[in-house]
Amino acid sequence: MKISCDKATKICDKQQYKEASLWEKAQLNLHLFLCKKCGLYSKQNVVLTKCYNKYKNVENRNTKCLSKEDKNQLENKLKAKL
Amino acid sequence: MSYSNKHTLDPTNWIKLHSDYLYNYTISRINNHDVAKDIIQDTFFAALKGKDNFKGNASERTWLISILKRKIIDYYRKINSAKGKAEVRMNFYSDGEREGEWIEELVPSTWNAEVEKDIENEELSKAIEKCLGLLPEKYAIVFRMKTIQQFETEEICNELAITSSNLWVIIHRARTQLRKCLEDSWFKN
Repeated sequence: MKISCDKATKICDKQQYKEASLWEKAQLNLHLFLCKKCGLYSKQNVVLTKCYNKYKNVENRNTKCLSKEDKNQLENKLKAKL
Repeated sequence: MSYSNKHTLDPTNWIKLHSDYLYNYTISRINNHDVAKDIIQDTFFAALKGKDNFKGNASERTWLISILKRKIIDYYRKINSAKGKAEVRMNFYSDGEREGEWIEELVPSTWNAEVEKDIENEELSKAIEKCLGLLPEKYAIVFRMKTIQQFETEEICNELAITSSNLWVIIHRARTQLRKCLEDSWFKN
């Protein structure tokens, strides 16, 4: 039942996506009960997940695309091979 | 299913009809404009070379995407096997008596009390962008696909030809390194 800090934080990371198994969650909770360092990691991880979600919205606003120039270049290279 | 209406290929219209779609597909997985451009170019060239293998059962776009998918796997394999310089900084002892324990300097520190307000700060996005840029590419790609693009685990595993346990190790390393980077540049007391 006892796991290392490395393993505990790995489960904690997995749980940020709600994908840790029941057994993993039980192991994590026991570890967090005993380990302050990982307890802090776990608390901060929730904050980080919120930050990444926020970042996702910002990034998805800046859509990237091929410029006209990029397309012309591609077009010419492809034509040369036709 | 109709047997008389087989799909056909028309390479002269590929760029016009499909380049945006292929680009979007690629950039949502590999967040680098130049790399995405190269991969698309390779895809069109490979398609041209293999156009006699096109049976007409799938649409032109579906067929091009199937080639693109293989190109993305090839690219991921290439950076994944480039060993050496591209490792993340480990947060835990990897062997010896203390294996799996936190390395002292990397133990999480307490953050300033304003953290919840910080989340709304636009500048934080820049700090995240910067820290993401410091991750080795093979970790950044998986982290982005899972966290920013929110792909299903199974889909990422299929598209990059990795196992799910592989994926969680990568996510773990990416998140511990990002945590440390953001702590140092943003959240520290």
